[in-house]
Amino acid sequence: MRESTLWMLNLIAGAVILVLLGVHMAIMHLDAVLGFVGLAANSGVEASAVFARSKQALFMASYIILLGAALYHGLYGLRNILFELTLSRGAEKFINWFFIVAGLALFVYGGYVAVAVFQS
Amino acid sequence: MSAERKIQRNKLGLKGWVIAGRYGLERYAYTLHRITGLGILLYFIMHIFVTGSRLGGEHAWEAVLKSLENPFFKFGEFLVFLAFAFHALNGIRLVIAELGLMMGKPQRPIFPYVNSVRRQRPLFIVVMIVAAIIVILGGADFYLL
Repeated sequence: MRESTLWMLNLIAGAVILVLLGVHMAIMHLDAVLGFVGLAANSGVEASAVFARSKQALFMASYIILLGAALYHGLYGLRNILFELTLSRGAEKFINWFFIVAGLALFVYGGYVAVAVFQS
Repeated sequence: MSAERKIQRNKLGLKGWVIAGRYGLERYAYTLHRITGLGILLYFIMHIFVTGSRLGGEHAWEAVLKSLENPFFKFGEFLVFLAFAFHALNGIRLVIAELGLMMGKPQRPIFPYVNSVRRQRPLFIVVMIVAAIIVILGGADFYLL
């Protein structure tokens, strides 16, 4: 894939993360603040709240989309940082394949968890 | 390795990521963007495995939460929140710059020079103020409420 396409995908992934992680952070870490405006239902990290969210299709789908977008954005960013060290072509190729395989493995595992907990 | 590739070598290496030289505030934002990005990535990979404990049911999740219940982890989590606030807001600024917005029209370099970075400085200040407000709200939620 062309570098410009990868870069554009990185920007799109960043925008997706901004929305989904913003909501996730608000639910997880601003629950007391949200409580003041009456938006704290099912927020926080307590088991009952976490499992109540995990069993909703909307949350399950958002977790999988966020997982994919964050893995791409994070690993692509790390790849670019490493590439700035002007490595040999072989090292760059190794990094590309390592990140593709590691990213896919993490996506499959995280996606499986999201679906399995949703169906449980 | 071709001659062209040799010319493009990054001579500063790691130092080039840290030392801003004459480049000013935005260069430090660039360095912080990288540091926060790497921190968030590290946390995120661990987070995938921690949330994987949900496969064991509510008791397994509670047990994992209990094992992570200490001041160091809580502070670490707050740092991740802080990193997220900075990275997200600075990221918005970077996308706006990428799209060529809020940088003014190209001009001839006639003294006194106002470069595009300086034209975008107010945006940088605004996004940092928003990030600070989010961090203060998060800090209150983490430690006070």
